Amino acid sequence: MRGNGPWKMAAGVAAIALLAAGCSSGSSDDDETLPNTISIGIAEPESLIPTNTTEANGSQVLSSLFYPLVRFDEKSTPYTVAAESITHDKANKVWTVRLRSGFTFSNGEPVTADNYINAWNYGAYGPNAQLASYFFSRIDGYAQMQSVDPDGDGPEKAEQPKAKKLTGLRKLNSTTFTVTLSAGFAGWESVMGYDAFLPLPKAAFAGDGVLAESYGEAPIGNGPFKIKGKWQHDSQIQVEKVADFKGTVPKVDGITWKIYQDVGAAYADLVAGNLDVQTKIPIESLASASGDLGDRLQKSPSSSFSFVGFPIYEKEFQSRDVRRALSMAINREEMTEQIFLGSESPATSFVSPVVEGYKPNTCGENCEYNPTKAKQLYTAANGPRDIKITYNTDGGHKAWVDAMCNQIKASLGVNCTGVGEPKFADLLKKVEKKQSVGLIRLGWLMDYPLMENYLGPLYSTDGSSNYYGYSNPAFDSLVAEGSAAPTTAAAEKKWQEAEAILANDMPVIPLRFGQNVFGHSEKVTNVTMDLFQKVDIYKIEIAD
Amino acid sequence: MFRFIVRRLLQMVLTFFGATFLVYALMFAVQDDPIQALVGERPITDSQRAALTERYHLNDSFFQQYWYYVKGLLTGDLGTSLTGRKIADMLADAWPVTLRLTLIAIVIAATIAIVAGVISAIRRGSIFDNATLFVTLIVLAMPIVVLAPLAQLIFGIKLGWFPPTAGKDANLYELLLPAAVLASLVVATELRVTRASVAENLRADYVRTARAKGLRRGRVIGVHVLRNSLIPVITLIGVDIGALMSGAIVTEKVFNIPGVGFNLFRGIRTEDGPLVVGFVSVLVIVFLVLNLIVDLLYAVLDPRIRYE
Repeated sequence: MRGNGPWKMAAGVAAIALLAAGCSSGSSDDDETLPNTISIGIAEPESLIPTNTTEANGSQVLSSLFYPLVRFDEKSTPYTVAAESITHDKANKVWTVRLRSGFTFSNGEPVTADNYINAWNYGAYGPNAQLASYFFSRIDGYAQMQSVDPDGDGPEKAEQPKAKKLTGLRKLNSTTFTVTLSAGFAGWESVMGYDAFLPLPKAAFAGDGVLAESYGEAPIGNGPFKIKGKWQHDSQIQVEKVADFKGTVPKVDGITWKIYQDVGAAYADLVAGNLDVQTKIPIESLASASGDLGDRLQKSPSSSFSFVGFPIYEKEFQSRDVRRALSMAINREEMTEQIFLGSESPATSFVSPVVEGYKPNTCGENCEYNPTKAKQLYTAANGPRDIKITYNTDGGHKAWVDAMCNQIKASLGVNCTGVGEPKFADLLKKVEKKQSVGLIRLGWLMDYPLMENYLGPLYSTDGSSNYYGYSNPAFDSLVAEGSAAPTTAAAEKKWQEAEAILANDMPVIPLRFGQNVFGHSEKVTNVTMDLFQKVDIYKIEIAD
Repeated sequence: MFRFIVRRLLQMVLTFFGATFLVYALMFAVQDDPIQALVGERPITDSQRAALTERYHLNDSFFQQYWYYVKGLLTGDLGTSLTGRKIADMLADAWPVTLRLTLIAIVIAATIAIVAGVISAIRRGSIFDNATLFVTLIVLAMPIVVLAPLAQLIFGIKLGWFPPTAGKDANLYELLLPAAVLASLVVATELRVTRASVAENLRADYVRTARAKGLRRGRVIGVHVLRNSLIPVITLIGVDIGALMSGAIVTEKVFNIPGVGFNLFRGIRTEDGPLVVGFVSVLVIVFLVLNLIVDLLYAVLDPRIRYE
């Protein structure tokens, strides 16, 4: 007996280990695929509460669970979906939303005006810290719902905000309500297409203005699908068709949103046929993707816009000619072809081509590759001998930043280095402290399809993402005039004038417009992606 | 024996708090702006910043924050991750799959290492010995970032023998490929240690005595040699289990297994202090318990060792 000890023990340990490994897994085999369901790969969403969702993954799942007030056609023009009509007064200040009758949430509750008003109030209330709360900032009474910490990060607590409700929301009857904006805005209908403006059922609230803790784990929506069970974190979210849905009925009976930690793993599953749609083919697989997928590899426009900004506090970039010269020193086509293998396209405007009012090549000769002229301008303006481009290393930017540096070196004969910061937050911190960072890498995805969504946040003086500090009063007032214009057409005209100022000032170097590069399995067909990087769940269907 | 275990358990409590304090301090030191890290590249309003700072006690001093954490820990509350999820839930989601993966990996590694190690030691200099040396050196030299995607490509996609990814509720079959990849991390060292240890013991006096007594060869090697040779191997395996649990970051990422390594990586990337400390705390416990078990196993294997 003693002699056999080690062998017996080893065998015992191995048996226990294998038993433990084998047993505990058999329990959850509820994901057998039904014939008419599909799987779409996403990353773990940040949240499934509409007012707290600002990224594509959560937004994608919400698109199956909820039915928005408006959706967008190919030209980014909004059309009503859950709303019967959306009308406004002459000043674009008071908007009346009339809901389609007969719609219900998946738990049977009818959809009423209150569902919208309560959800928006919750989203706008500062202490709820909803990430999408800035969408409500145009509505009357938003400012009174915010509180500011008197000593920043210090120990003192922020005061309670003065109001808990938006004064700009008023219920007329059970299916009609009005939204009063603090200033007229012709594009408001488009803004309301965003996830933050989805309704919440009574079941979502534990009390007045307090969300039930479990709601975000299994959201109940007014959409064509309902969640099956709960959000299985880091694993999957299953949704199934709602019986007798009143709106547009999708062609599939269910969707499994499969959660991947890594796009590479999702791509492996796509190629092996274990995943039906991948919305983003990893850049390292692009070269082999056309061979792996054939015509199942597809591209469509997206709203992403990549550029580098000139921090205005750095003296060396205050000369316009230096900025123009640097822009002319770059060969955008070469970068998109060599580094991005055609998955992005060169940008020569300051707003994305996907929005109405976009004009191609507004940047003009400033964005044309012209090394000779660039060098002339640069030498005449006595540009700096050393250029830095600062980027965050966690986003895969090194390759193109280095390529851009090489182009600048070759065209201008100056020294150029790419400087990596671990995270975007580190980069921002340096910019805030006005340290020398050189050019800064930036990107933008639109929230709603309007030119203003690029011009306002990126280039106006108080723009939320204007980290480089560009400020031009003439530009600001044109953007504001556009926002106050009576029609979207008139607004776009003003905004185009504003864009012309940018082309003259060159506060940033436009680099690339993004594309959705996606792939699907042989099981599905009619796969399309919209400008918001989401699969159109109403069009996708099973192949015969 | 009993007193030894009690003493060790008491030491473990001290080590546990020491380790979590250190990790907490380190996370606090690297924590720069977790709120910006949470929202990525989006701008964040002052009002949101204030509310989130308040919610996660981010503006309190280090000792205050640590005190909140310990207070929660003692009442069984591991706290909330900055993503808003309960860390206890995240642990419960992540641990089972990592545990299964590690156990399968260690069984694969130990089986190969011990069997091949013993054979190589007996037939030193043979083709088998040289071949295993060569193969294990290659495996050891290949970084896991190459090995894991390569195994996925060859066995998962091209040959289709195994599913290319495993997922959270993976079964034994789905976990085999990632476990084999993970096992390759440790199999080479375990094999070399087994080989060296068996080879040394084969030359020992007691083996010659056993042979001289006329014992069968199988019994000499299986009982007398192996029993003494396994002591260093067991120590190594004990440490390897801990290392594999915390070190499966790449493997878990490639095979889409949302386990401990993946959560640690996510926590560090998003400066999510409570999440990292929560997972490390459990890892510390695992290491401590494993070390205790290894120490106790010594006594079983080697009658000369007695714990008082």
